[in-house]
Amino acid sequence: MRHASRASARRGGAFGAVVGVVGELLITAGVFLGLFVVWQLWWTDVQAERIHTQVLADLDWTEPPLEVPDNELEGPVVAPEYRDDPPIMDTPDYAEVFAQFYVPRWGADYVEPVAEGIDKAEILDRLGIGHYPDTVLPGDLGNFSVAGHRTTYGRPFHGVADLQEGDPIVVRTEDTWYVYRVTEHEIVWPQQVEVVSPVPGLMPGEPVPELTERFITLTACHPMYSAAQRYIVHGEFDYWAPVDEGTPAELIDAGVEIQALADHDAGVR
Amino acid sequence: MMYGLLWHALPGPVWLRVLLVLILFVAAVWVCFEWVFPWFSEYVPINDNTVEAHAP
Repeated sequence: MRHASRASARRGGAFGAVVGVVGELLITAGVFLGLFVVWQLWWTDVQAERIHTQVLADLDWTEPPLEVPDNELEGPVVAPEYRDDPPIMDTPDYAEVFAQFYVPRWGADYVEPVAEGIDKAEILDRLGIGHYPDTVLPGDLGNFSVAGHRTTYGRPFHGVADLQEGDPIVVRTEDTWYVYRVTEHEIVWPQQVEVVSPVPGLMPGEPVPELTERFITLTACHPMYSAAQRYIVHGEFDYWAPVDEGTPAELIDAGVEIQALADHDAGVR
Repeated sequence: MMYGLLWHALPGPVWLRVLLVLILFVAAVWVCFEWVFPWFSEYVPINDNTVEAHAP
């Protein structure tokens, strides 16, 4: 290419020189876009996963209790299931990481941080799952709503379409487990904010009825690698448990490695 | 043209020029990964995931 353009520059003068420069600019643009795809599909995952791991480690929360049954290895205590009004944490600061997100359906090693806010660059691209600040906190009456990337940036909601009705979604704050169960999913347009209403489906401006139920809503992009629509998963609250009384059976049964437990093991070695 | 000029502007024997070109390329890629692509991606919203009243 360069030789050709130089040759034509010698032959054709200014015209050849312009063609040569334009050709090199086009090649540069092609390389730039190719590298952008590499960055978007690979490097953002590498970077975000590194940050998520660090953020989870920085929480430094107390571990759920362990027990040592007769002649067995020590294992986590199964948490009792409380179905009365759960304790609600204080409102976190903007960008504060205030919860851990466990979904056994997405693998035993799946755990992602939840931060306050849904700003793309600051929260969703960096810290993982973002909590819609206008929605309630975990366990409260209303709709605890979170957004996450389905592709790229650590893709915390990569498996959002694999969720089945009844699947547990476990949210841990520093002191409390909140266990939700998936009820339904829907695909909506990006402007359909009613999915994160205190009662999902309640249109903005409609009077809010007295709240009696505790919902969870996940929003992710749809289709994958597109921003055309949103994939929405709704769930309802099942039970809560204090962290210092054990670990939810849903996580133990799925073999989920609790972050604090992993740290505990590392400390023992 | 441009790259031809760059090649001639670089000092030293061929192996050194190749090395310098590689270093310059890696530096350019690094600048892109760190600053240019994060900025550029704001204009390529292939992975927005929130619902908003005024969604882009």
